[in-house]
Amino acid sequence: MTVLFEAKDIAVRFGGIRAVDAVSFTVERGEIFSIIGPNGAGKTTIFNLISRIYNTSEGQLLFDGGDITHTPPHMIAKLGIARTFQNIELFANATLLQNLLIGRHCHSTAGYLSQMAFLPSTRRAEVRHREKVEEVIAFLDLQRYRDSLIANLPYGVRKVVELGRALCTEPKLLLLDEPSSGLNVEETEGMGFWIEDIKKDLGITVIMVEHDMALVSQVSDRVMALNYGKVLAMGTPRDVQTHPEVVRAYIGGDVEMEV
Amino acid sequence: MRYLFRTSYQQDLRAWRHGGDVFWYGLLIVLVLIIPFVMGEFYVGEMGGVFIFAIAGVGLMLLVGYTGLISLGHAAFLGIGSYVNSVLLAQGVPFLITLPVSGLFTALCGAAIGRPTLRMSGLYLAIATLSFGSIVGTVFQKWTAVTGGFDGFAVPTPYVFGVSVEGATGVYYTSFAVLLFVLWVSVNLLRSPIGRAMVAIRDSEVSAQSMGIHLAKYKTLAFAISAGITGLAGALFAHYVRFLAPDAFDVLLSVQFVTIVFVGGLGSLRGAILGAIFVRLLPQAIAIVRDDLPFGIGRLPGLEPSLFGLVLVVVILFQPGGINGLWLKIKLWFQTYPFMRQASGRRQKSYARSERLR
Repeated sequence: MTVLFEAKDIAVRFGGIRAVDAVSFTVERGEIFSIIGPNGAGKTTIFNLISRIYNTSEGQLLFDGGDITHTPPHMIAKLGIARTFQNIELFANATLLQNLLIGRHCHSTAGYLSQMAFLPSTRRAEVRHREKVEEVIAFLDLQRYRDSLIANLPYGVRKVVELGRALCTEPKLLLLDEPSSGLNVEETEGMGFWIEDIKKDLGITVIMVEHDMALVSQVSDRVMALNYGKVLAMGTPRDVQTHPEVVRAYIGGDVEMEV
Repeated sequence: MRYLFRTSYQQDLRAWRHGGDVFWYGLLIVLVLIIPFVMGEFYVGEMGGVFIFAIAGVGLMLLVGYTGLISLGHAAFLGIGSYVNSVLLAQGVPFLITLPVSGLFTALCGAAIGRPTLRMSGLYLAIATLSFGSIVGTVFQKWTAVTGGFDGFAVPTPYVFGVSVEGATGVYYTSFAVLLFVLWVSVNLLRSPIGRAMVAIRDSEVSAQSMGIHLAKYKTLAFAISAGITGLAGALFAHYVRFLAPDAFDVLLSVQFVTIVFVGGLGSLRGAILGAIFVRLLPQAIAIVRDDLPFGIGRLPGLEPSLFGLVLVVVILFQPGGINGLWLKIKLWFQTYPFMRQASGRRQKSYARSERLR
């Protein structure tokens, strides 16, 4: 296995707060790497750093043999990093199909004038994008919602659509920000299967921020626990869950002293 | 109710959904083409005005309805198109060149104004474009060497292949041709990556960016396209009014354009046309009933602008889909008869998006 992504001592400060402080980790090709931690631990901030929405104050981000610390955010998708959002950021007034096609944007090469006239080359490119999108629709079993507006879809389906939109960019690395948030037990289970399928069938590396420990244990190869922007523990799901620092972060460190 | 049976991806890329669309729109085009032979000059002139406003409406719709950026300065773009076209015509440049040039030049102006206002949205963008509009208006007034200032500017007669396209009928047919062209370009844009990028920016900037959409590039492009189309409308507008005066391109005109977009129905090209029909015909309707209104309401100054404002408020409050939304509802009522209910048009309540990165 080779390293696909590496964060070297990354840090970000918002005013006086160090939201992420000297965090280092590597993600190997084909693994599912989970980040856990209490609220405000800096998990989503790490995602925003990787997708370059925030600038790192210190440290380096390496992806697929290149340095992406200063890559502009719109270039990230083309490099092969796709993401989903904690609170669903779909294009609500467009159909599912259009949403997935937007996921193909980073692969579109048609010129402005060619698009304005909808030349045969643009038409052919559109058909190719559509074929790719249909593969994702079939993979995630979304056929029946193809022409529905996102605003009319139930929450659980929207979560899957967001996953699908990320897959349409043909990523090497997929960042999933709380894939199970807002889902019921059954839907969470389904989400777990999708994530495993993405790893096994599509060979995509996944970094996942997640609160649901059952899902984390089910799918992850390795887990990193964060608190206050610092790494508490890293290792297999079992090791991390039983790590004393992690237990203290979740349950509270002063319990023993008060007793 | 019609169910579409899809057999190829090409089918979804067509500009029309099914044969019915082709038939009805074809019939509409034929009707529009024969109207000047049937109706009087006054009505033909008014219809020409509707077409010009529809072109500008389509331009603004791409910006407001599809990209989600507001502009209160589109009268300035109309003015730029008008003056560029007229000044070039006066220099002896043929109309078939001045028309596209005025569109292209206005598009460049649009890109120039779009670029610095990229970081703004909502109210701030509205104020910025509003002030751009008034700056351009002042330029029209003061740059007398080119625009003639308040003395006005008599627009030369345009010739297409040696035939003068003067008068109501000439403007009517030219504007209709340009409207069809603009609609064709817009439909093409909306089914290609640019159009989808615009919709993506409208609905969620942060995820648009994560999908690889260069926000600055596409916002500037949207501004440029929108301004360019409005510039084309401006070139035709010059021939519609035949005498350019700077005060024609004031804020009230910009507000009328915004009214077209909102009353017509955001996010629909059909809406832009329906809105243009409404905005152009409302003053005529007022003129007709003006004398019959009780208590001298008809003679009150400012009746027209206040009615426009009232209509805008009523539409935003009670019919957010605009005229187009109303039309879709009526269609749905017939299609699903007798199953349409009060709640049928209502969207499922969506979840609050907290922690949004803007």
